[in-house]
Amino acid sequence: MTATAPQAEHDERLIRTSPLRKLMGRPELGSIVGAIAVFLFFSIAADSFLRASSFGTVLYAASTIGIMAVPVALLMIGGEFDLSAGVMVTSSALISSMFSYQMTANVWVGVFVSLLVTLLIGVFNGFMLTRTKLPSFIITLGTFLMLTGLNLGLTKLISGTVSTKGIGDMEGFEAAKAVFASQITIGSVNLKVTILWWFVLIALATWILLRTRAGNWIFAVGGEKDAARATGVPVNKTRIGLYMGVAFAAWVSGQHLLFSYDVVQSGEGVGNELTYIIAAVIGGCLITGGYGSAIGSAVGAFIFGMTSKGIVYAEWNPDWFKFFLGAMLLLATLLNAWVRKRAEARS
Amino acid sequence: MRTTRTARRKAALLTAAGLSAALALTGCSGSGGKSSEEKPTQAQGAGGKAADTPRIKIAMITHSGEGDTFWDIVQSGAKAAAAKDNVEFLYSANKEGKEQASLIEAAIDQKVQGIVVTLAKPEAVVAAVKKAVAAGIPVVTINSGSQHSKALGALSHIGQDEAVAGEGVGEELNTRGKKKALCVIHEQGNVSLEERCAGVKKTFKGSVENLNVEGTNMPSTTSSIEAKLQATKDIDVVVTLGAPFADATVKAKEGAGSKAEVDTFDLNAAVVKSLKSKAVGFAVDQQPYLQGYLAIDEIWLNRTNGNVLGGGKPVLTGPAIVTEKDVPALEKYTARGTR
Repeated sequence: MTATAPQAEHDERLIRTSPLRKLMGRPELGSIVGAIAVFLFFSIAADSFLRASSFGTVLYAASTIGIMAVPVALLMIGGEFDLSAGVMVTSSALISSMFSYQMTANVWVGVFVSLLVTLLIGVFNGFMLTRTKLPSFIITLGTFLMLTGLNLGLTKLISGTVSTKGIGDMEGFEAAKAVFASQITIGSVNLKVTILWWFVLIALATWILLRTRAGNWIFAVGGEKDAARATGVPVNKTRIGLYMGVAFAAWVSGQHLLFSYDVVQSGEGVGNELTYIIAAVIGGCLITGGYGSAIGSAVGAFIFGMTSKGIVYAEWNPDWFKFFLGAMLLLATLLNAWVRKRAEARS
Repeated sequence: MRTTRTARRKAALLTAAGLSAALALTGCSGSGGKSSEEKPTQAQGAGGKAADTPRIKIAMITHSGEGDTFWDIVQSGAKAAAAKDNVEFLYSANKEGKEQASLIEAAIDQKVQGIVVTLAKPEAVVAAVKKAVAAGIPVVTINSGSQHSKALGALSHIGQDEAVAGEGVGEELNTRGKKKALCVIHEQGNVSLEERCAGVKKTFKGSVENLNVEGTNMPSTTSSIEAKLQATKDIDVVVTLGAPFADATVKAKEGAGSKAEVDTFDLNAAVVKSLKSKAVGFAVDQQPYLQGYLAIDEIWLNRTNGNVLGGGKPVLTGPAIVTEKDVPALEKYTARGTR
């Protein structure tokens, strides 16, 4: 620390940002701090939270939200919403189950038919949005209500009751179950395959966002769509692609629902779309688009999973469950916003 | 390589069509599915000759949410009775008390000859039910609200007393030698669900804890129960209040490595299967089919023969404790959705 050492003068543009600075600028940073805070809190408040077996349960809860939160985050970065995401999961499971059952087909046939139909629903959302230029809020609200009605109406028309018939004894069920709903136990930790699906989706989405041209398009479309179009970004294709991404994840979640419970209740899924959006927002996505990350959505889902199960582990009065959930989420988000502000002020 | 847009589209369509055709040709299941289904046997009444009494219109207005298996069975009971009695059966439902009341008003405006109504939110529907009675429309209350039925001027109440059903479960748990029970509430703030858990608490000699779960989200329900079983290791029995949640609990139990017994309110095909495989200990059936069937039949009998059911007391359709021993007799009924 000699005072006489000469200060090297750098061109401002050539300043090497330290890894720490770089980290501070990431959208998911605030949420990671929030996640650590929630984790520490429940580690102290709930005796059984820190057990290895509990970790598997929390991860499972996070993964079922997270699988959907990843494409929902991408969509939000692209500046749009999808309110039909929650019931689309149920639709996908119902299509798969009923097609296999009614046709007495190998369940894989139903699984692929379901993939096609679910992707078509995604295309429908995207196509309607780009053609009508109406807010995605309205378009997907319409899809949400229509799917809710179709789920119930068609299931009752085809199966005669409001839940599907069991397909557990059909060919291909065990194999499909292995893919969508299997679990392994390592020591006392029970890990479900949804966690793997979740991680793969996060990795894929992060790669698309940060390393490919499509990723640039997504940021551009969400940031300023007219400028994006002017510079040659295929705005409409990008949006339809984003809705198909949501549909794909809905298909994965739907198949998980089907193959873990064997029957599907047609009324399920309503309200979950908000959970996915919340996870994306906690994870640093801006509601106005153009900013956010897939890893952030994963951290958001993890905070949601930790909070909702942590309250159970802490054995608080169940009547207050929703209140605690809301308060914890609000605190996590506030902390998130505070950290981001500090980070921006420093850099 | 650059192909025209339409050509690419055509190619994509062809691939999709070809793929689905190939799948449909090769992928048949040798087991299960529709083709293994037995021809559905109709419940009594339907299919035969209807009564030759003049055709009347009866409306049923319930507090059911969308896609609830339970109310589906109530409706099939009502439809069977309607077919037998030459009745035109109208069904509507809304979870919100206020909306249910306006549906009752609508039925009065339609000048129906009978109204079947649930009193899950009695305060909200009282005025509408009184209006119907004042208009000379016979009213039968079903399912919930037995204590309010008579005061409103209803002919009869047909249902299960939730508290009595809960007490029945508590006693059954005593005979099974259980010490610590978990009562899973799948709709927070639903009065009849709370009553069931309170009933269990009243007669059960061990301790009872409640757990609220998100009933519309099965994976979340499962992981919450799993978390609870991990947190409180000495729970030796879980009571669910609806049939679909019994299956979720069986999954949760595996995940948590718990040995707790699973028992449930209400029946469906999956629960009967689980009873058979001993994954579920017992189920409490309140016979929803009867609630629908008897309500329509009661109004018809009242109009054509002046009968009144129950003698001023509620007619109880439950609780009936169903165990693995009853499975052979029940299986075919639950499969067709009447039990």
